[in-house]
Amino acid sequence: MRNKLLKRLTSGLLITALTAATFTACGSSDNSAATLDAGTTDSSKETGSAAGFRTLDEIKESGTINIGVFSDKSPFGYVDENGEYAGYDVYFAERIGKDLGVEINYVSTEAANRIEYLQTGKVDIILANFTVTEERAQEVDFALPYMNVALGVVSPSDAVVESLDDIGADDQVIVISGTTAETYLTKNYPDIKLQKYDAYAEAKTAFENGNGVAWANDNTEVIAFSIENEGYTVGIPSLGDNDTIAPAVTKGNETLLTWLNDEITSLGDEQFFHADYEATLLDTYGADYEDTLVVEGGKVQ
Amino acid sequence: MANLGIDVLFKGTNFLRLLQGLWVSVEISLVSVAISIILGLLVGVLMTLNKLWLKAILKIYLEIVRIMPQMVLLFIVYFGTTRVFGWDITAEAAAIFVFSFWGVAEMGDLVRGSIKSIPKIQFESAYALGMDKKQTYFYIILPQTIRRLIPLSINLITRMIKTTSLVMMIGIVEVLKVAQQIIEANRKASPNAAFGVFAVVFLLYFIVCWPISRLAVYLEKRWA
Repeated sequence: MRNKLLKRLTSGLLITALTAATFTACGSSDNSAATLDAGTTDSSKETGSAAGFRTLDEIKESGTINIGVFSDKSPFGYVDENGEYAGYDVYFAERIGKDLGVEINYVSTEAANRIEYLQTGKVDIILANFTVTEERAQEVDFALPYMNVALGVVSPSDAVVESLDDIGADDQVIVISGTTAETYLTKNYPDIKLQKYDAYAEAKTAFENGNGVAWANDNTEVIAFSIENEGYTVGIPSLGDNDTIAPAVTKGNETLLTWLNDEITSLGDEQFFHADYEATLLDTYGADYEDTLVVEGGKVQ
Repeated sequence: MANLGIDVLFKGTNFLRLLQGLWVSVEISLVSVAISIILGLLVGVLMTLNKLWLKAILKIYLEIVRIMPQMVLLFIVYFGTTRVFGWDITAEAAAIFVFSFWGVAEMGDLVRGSIKSIPKIQFESAYALGMDKKQTYFYIILPQTIRRLIPLSINLITRMIKTTSLVMMIGIVEVLKVAQQIIEANRKASPNAAFGVFAVVFLLYFIVCWPISRLAVYLEKRWA
């Protein structure tokens, strides 16, 4: 009897507690959003810390900028054998630190926590191969782009596929499940037969064995593949919607965003990102794709 | 023999970095394990007391720990507290808090189970000898409980050590993250490095966990 009562009581309490927790969680996030709005509208010289981010002046004053980069995505952001951060994103980060006159504190981020880091103000800038999408732009503020990404198609050099219209009715194209390439081809070329693989290694083996006439993937991936493996050519280096990669700051951090945009524009004059490409990406992607991948001065061609 | 890529570990300071990463994992897990054992004993005893409200609270606590994946807890404590309360706690503190929060609950439940498994006659004999409640627990029940606890808690402790790999999600660079960094940085030069490097990481985890299970065997024999 007593035991039954206890069980009922605890399960009842548990449910109420969980529901309460859910509601408070929703409520408090509304609250914080509200205070953030209030903060930005009330005072024009708002202090960033109250709003969850640091303004340009606060960063300069503290002498350190926190930049979130990948630490295991060579050649964009990685750690070299001496424990130093390096890569295309890091090359740019170093320049930001130099031009701001502050030290850089690199934070190792994962694809899944980049937005969270910005929204809590735990980093000032994310420079982690961050593709600009509409959904993300609602959560964070993107600066001007510094790199292009698109889809690419690689095929054997003796039968290069230069247009998706060339693909015959019986030919199959290899894709990796869940990638943009799969979504794009299914949507725009429903007649092309796809051969889907779950992992990169499987798709690679299948392609090398000639199971498909071509392999569609992110253009950086297929370009790297064609350079590492003899006998393959990227017939279509840029396909579909051209996405860009850009630095991101916390939503509402106008001062830092403006500074970043000015910085990217002015770096265009000295062809900074071409120099960045040559220093970090040339080994992986070769000189042929420099103009396909690099965005200079924030202007997409 | 195929190149397993272990040589990448000897480039630059790679191996040293791997050991530093291991130390980060060990540090976080040792602190959390220490807190879990001490507070877990206390919580376990509290769980056996016949107080309805206390039982209810501890039950809710245990259920929360059981239901919530550790990853979610890490995100809530590290990012959530900043978002909601504006607290800026370090990633290490957040990690230790989460692992202790988890450890105390599970340890507490193990202690509760072990105390419950002590025959009622042990309590009754102690009372018959004129011991009070405190003395009974301290001299009679807890020593027997701890002996039963050893194999159970070793499972929890080694599991905690291995689960510290999740802290990479809140920006802490621990042994597994360093391993991934090393593999990725050498992706072109030695594409097979993943096998060799992960084999070494396996060995490092083994070196950390094995003495703990040896110690458990020793204590079990000694206190038997």
